[in-house]
Amino acid sequence: MNALSEAFTWLTTAANWQGEKGIGHRLGEHLYFSGTCLAVACLIALPLALRLGHIGKGGALAVNISNVGRAVPTLAVLVLLTLTPLGRYGDLPTLIALVLFAVPPLLTNAYIGMREVDRAVVEAARGMGMSGRQLFLRVELPLAYPLIMTGLRSAAVQVVATATLAAMAGEGGLGRIITAGFSLQDTAQVVAGAVLVAALALLVEGVLVALGKVLDPMRGRALP
Amino acid sequence: MDGQNCLVENDWVCAEYVRTRSQELIDATVQHVGITAASIVIGLAVALPLALLARRSKAFAGPVLGLTTVLYSVPSLAMFSLLLPLFGLSAALVVTGLVLYSLTVLVRNILAGLEAVPAEAREAARGMGYGPVRQLWEVELPLALPALLAGVRIATVATVALTTVGAIVDYGGLGGLIMSGLRSDFKAQVLTASVLCVLLAVVADLLLLALQRWLTPWTRIRSGRAPGVRTAKVVEPA
Repeated sequence: MNALSEAFTWLTTAANWQGEKGIGHRLGEHLYFSGTCLAVACLIALPLALRLGHIGKGGALAVNISNVGRAVPTLAVLVLLTLTPLGRYGDLPTLIALVLFAVPPLLTNAYIGMREVDRAVVEAARGMGMSGRQLFLRVELPLAYPLIMTGLRSAAVQVVATATLAAMAGEGGLGRIITAGFSLQDTAQVVAGAVLVAALALLVEGVLVALGKVLDPMRGRALP
Repeated sequence: MDGQNCLVENDWVCAEYVRTRSQELIDATVQHVGITAASIVIGLAVALPLALLARRSKAFAGPVLGLTTVLYSVPSLAMFSLLLPLFGLSAALVVTGLVLYSLTVLVRNILAGLEAVPAEAREAARGMGYGPVRQLWEVELPLALPALLAGVRIATVATVALTTVGAIVDYGGLGGLIMSGLRSDFKAQVLTASVLCVLLAVVADLLLLALQRWLTPWTRIRSGRAPGVRTAKVVEPA
C-alpha cells in the first residue's frame, strides 16, 4: 500500500503537472492522438462496413480482419513503423498504428450488426415499398446501432491503450510518464502513470457507454 | 544479402542475422512460449472455478463478469505497471497481468459453454443417478468443451501478442528483442522478432484447433455449430 500512497503524493505534486513532461501536456498529447485517430478510423471503417453489410458482401474479410488484428502485436507494429523512413516525421508512426488497430473492431462489429438485422424485418420493409436508402437509414442502421457502438467502444479503448504503448517506441502521451518512471527506477511515478492511464481508459469507456444509451435511436421504443 | 553485408547495411531481412544470433532468438522464443503457456494454464485454473461459481449464483455472476470486463479495458502497459509494487521486475508480474486479461475471455466462454448444455442431457444424467461432480465432469464439461477451447484459442493468440509488452520489465520474450532492436536501430532484429511473434500466434492457434478437433470429434459430425461465443465481438487490450 506504501507504493499507492507514494503514487498519490506524486500525482498531487503540482510540479508533476506542469511543463512539457508534465501530466497536463502528456494528457493533451494522449487525447489529441486518440481523438484524431479514432475519427479517421471511423471515417475509413464505418462507411465500408455499413456498405458491405447493406449489400451483404465481404463478410469473410470483415471477420478475418479482426482475427489478424489480434495476432499482430501492437508493440511490434509501433516499433517497425518507427524504424521505417516514416519515423522521421515525428508522430506519424504512432498515428498510423493507432488507426490500424482501431479499424478492425469498428469494421467487424458494424458489419456483423448490419448482417444480424432480422431478415424478416428487412423483407417486411421491402414489402412496404422502402427503397434501398430508406431501408438502410430507417431499418438497418437503427437495428445495427448497438453493435456499431460496441465497436466504437472497443476501438476507443484500443486506441487509448495503443497510444500508451507508443511511449515504448519513444513517442509522447501518458505512457511516457510510465516509461520515464521505469528508467528513473521510480516506482511511485510508474504507478502514478499507470493509474492515470487506467483511469483514462475506464473514463473513455464509461462516457461512450453513456453516450451510446443517450443517442440510441430505438430509445423509448418497443424492441421488435 | 550475402554474408556480413546485410548486417552492415542494416537491411530489414538478413539471413546472416538469423544464423549468427540463432541462440538469442531461440532463448527469446522459449521465454515467450513459457510466459504464454503459464498464463493460459493458470488463467484456465482460475477461470473454471469462477465460471462455476458464476453459474451457481447470479449474485456472484454480476461482479465477476463486471470486474473481468473492467480489467480488460486497462491498457497492458498500465496493467504491468500497477503490478510492479507487488511483484518487482519479474516474470511473475508479466504472467499475472496476462492471467488477468485471459480471465475475461475464458470465464465468458466457459460460462456460455456450460449454459448451452441441453437441459435434457442434464436431466438424463440425474435420472441415471449421477451426482453433481460426476455430472459436471462427464456430461457438462465435455459438452462445454468446444466453447471452452474456442476461448482458449482467442486468449492464447491475444496473450502471445501481449507478452511483448513484458519487455518493459525485461520479461517480454521476443518483445525484448524488439525493444533492444529499437534502441540500437537494428532493423533485422525487430522484423525477425516481430515475424516470429506472429508465427507463434498462428502456430499456437493451429495446434489448439487440432486439439479441439481431436477432443471433440462429435462437433464435426453434427451439422450445427458448436455453442461457442461468437469470437468477432472480442477485442484485445493493447
